[in-house]
Amino acid sequence: MDIKVLGPGCTNCQTLAQHAADALSEIGIEATIEKITEISKFVDYNVFITPALVINGNLKVQGRVPTKEEIISWLKEETS
Amino acid sequence: MTITTVIGSGYQALIEYVVAHTITCLVPAFFIAGAISAFVSKDAILKYFGPKSNKFLAYSVASISGAILAVCSCTVLPLFAGIHRKGAGLGPAIAFLYSGPAINILAVTYTARLLGFDIGLARAIGAVGFAAVIGLIMAFIFRKEEKEKEATSDVPLFAVNDSEKTSDWHRLAFLVLLIAILLTATARVSALIKWPGVVIELLFVFYALWRWFEKDEIRLWLDETWKLAKLIVPILLVGVFFAGAIKALLPTTWVVRFVGGNTIIGNFIASFSGALMYFATLTEVPIIKALMELGMGRGPVLALLLAGPALSLPSMLAIGRVMGAKKTVVYVSLVVLFATISGFTFGALGL
Repeated sequence: MDIKVLGPGCTNCQTLAQHAADALSEIGIEATIEKITEISKFVDYNVFITPALVINGNLKVQGRVPTKEEIISWLKEETS
Repeated sequence: MTITTVIGSGYQALIEYVVAHTITCLVPAFFIAGAISAFVSKDAILKYFGPKSNKFLAYSVASISGAILAVCSCTVLPLFAGIHRKGAGLGPAIAFLYSGPAINILAVTYTARLLGFDIGLARAIGAVGFAAVIGLIMAFIFRKEEKEKEATSDVPLFAVNDSEKTSDWHRLAFLVLLIAILLTATARVSALIKWPGVVIELLFVFYALWRWFEKDEIRLWLDETWKLAKLIVPILLVGVFFAGAIKALLPTTWVVRFVGGNTIIGNFIASFSGALMYFATLTEVPIIKALMELGMGRGPVLALLLAGPALSLPSMLAIGRVMGAKKTVVYVSLVVLFATISGFTFGALGL
């Protein structure tokens, strides 16, 4: 499971990373969360507005902070 | 010049500011900015920046969307990169990059309030105008590179806001109501007209909230407003204090000699230093006010307003990483050039 949080470092992306970490521990999946802060790389993931979350190469959300529950449902999607 | 005098001056500025300006000007403005952030569907605007979109629309929307899409610089850069590489191209991306910090609604409101309606208006017009012009010029200068770029198919932009629950017309009307409150509260009319007017408008607002909006939308609006306030107000207070300190520290003679009156050199100095200096959102206004009281001319003031918030040394480095050093140098030069010219023209018109 490859998880990336994209954002230049403001509070929104940190909150997203925190929700993602909480989601991971709640459903018991081990995965490292990679934080991408280099703006020129966002475009490669089709991300135009941060924060953004990419799981296994699939862009799940951009421009807002999703809830832990939403992240859990995406994680479940990716494992099935 | 003792340290107590300096601190005293800063403290005094803070008190004056909090008493005179917060309630009537910035509070409504934050609610408006919060409403824009919560209710304006970002993807409705983003679709104008696609690679195949009509160029005229792309530029027009880019020049004003800064007011809507971004208040802090961390949102501007990713969007700029996206529009440049996969969207409508360099021109609209540049227009957006410049307009974002230059005309956000809080900044223009505060400018009009603190520095005068005419300067606020000049700032807004200058910002929108430049954004389009600079974008077009850069698209022209680098047109060969742009042609070589592969025409990618429309990138599916994800919906950034959840489904609209209130109709667009209602949201627009709501926004207009909020703006009306702001204008009434800050208008120069007698208190007998002003405050009853505001109360009536507030009644309309509450009615609209009750009838048109669902609970979680209202919560989203209040959340966004509060988030913005939390982000901006502390830094703004520091800026106000700093501006007050500047008034005590900086000798009037220096200010007048370099940026007093309305000389080309003065406008250039203002514009160039503005480009290098970093101004956190809104802090440029109290600082420039302090400089005005020290003798800065109105032309250089506008030049500083047009070059200051949009650029800073750190932002130039970040922009450079996205579009390369050459384009960044051209961009910065164009901004400084236009800011200087606009400032000089504004000052010369003797408005």
